[in-house]
Amino acid sequence: MKFAVIVFPGSNCDVDMYHAVKDELGEQVDLVWHDADNLDQYDGILLPGGFSYGDYLRSGAIAHMSKVMAAVKKAAEAGKPVLGVCNGFQILLESGLLPGAMLRNKNLKFLCRTVELSVVNNETMFTSLYEKGEKINIPIAHGEGNYYCDEETLAKLQANNQIAFTYASDVNGSLSDIAGITNEKGNVLGMMPHPERAVDNLLGSADGLKLFQSIVKHWRDSHVVKA
Amino acid sequence: MYKVKVYVTLRESVLDPQGKAVQQSLSSLGYQGVEDVRIGKYMELQFDDSVTDVEGTVKEVCEKLLSNPVIEDYRYEIEESAKQ
Repeated sequence: MKFAVIVFPGSNCDVDMYHAVKDELGEQVDLVWHDADNLDQYDGILLPGGFSYGDYLRSGAIAHMSKVMAAVKKAAEAGKPVLGVCNGFQILLESGLLPGAMLRNKNLKFLCRTVELSVVNNETMFTSLYEKGEKINIPIAHGEGNYYCDEETLAKLQANNQIAFTYASDVNGSLSDIAGITNEKGNVLGMMPHPERAVDNLLGSADGLKLFQSIVKHWRDSHVVKA
Repeated sequence: MYKVKVYVTLRESVLDPQGKAVQQSLSSLGYQGVEDVRIGKYMELQFDDSVTDVEGTVKEVCEKLLSNPVIEDYRYEIEESAKQ
């Protein structure tokens, strides 16, 4: 399976993402600059964390206008897995690939620590190797991770099982403790916590690795013919 | 030439933790009467004469980029300005 890690000016978790896929997951991966207009050769798209365009105007607002985002939308429409982490999640929200928006953390502080998440939906291509309700430890590092949407959107997220991860306890003021959501089709996941920083016990946790392995398993099950 | 002033504010239904902190700070300074503070953004856009539909363009850019309609409202003022 071949992944693209999209790099914007100001991305700073791109190399972590690259490392997670190449060295820990053992799959092919390229770093792809934001002015690329074709992602057809990739099977999965990863939008890393950081501060694209210095978070000017709003987090993710400028990045979502960049050339590569048209190709990311095309990949999402084609049903390819698209994962946005932290700033990548914010870019997916700004681009409308996922519903809602981010507000500043309730306590106005930049939060940088490992938190406990609950796997709410383990029937997605990103979470199938987790148990439903499993508690996992994944680091967060954000100032604007307070997820917000209107009541109607929240009801829809719940009805369609689009909430993939929640914080085990209130971390940043997010509505319903939402930490990660998918689109309706289930092939686009945005999450504030960083699974790519939790792929080896040396890093304090390897709980994020199963997320990447789930993506690969889904791809193999649907693309590789068994002998 | 047109000068456009754009104000982007959080929607009424959205909590503004920054505004809340400023309000509490004002109250501890002794300004008890300040009931609420909402923080927003102010932008100035300069249009040259090549733009024929200034108001339409302002609305478009506000909706596409300058504000996020999920959490923010915008308003604007258009002023005619003399050539520099």
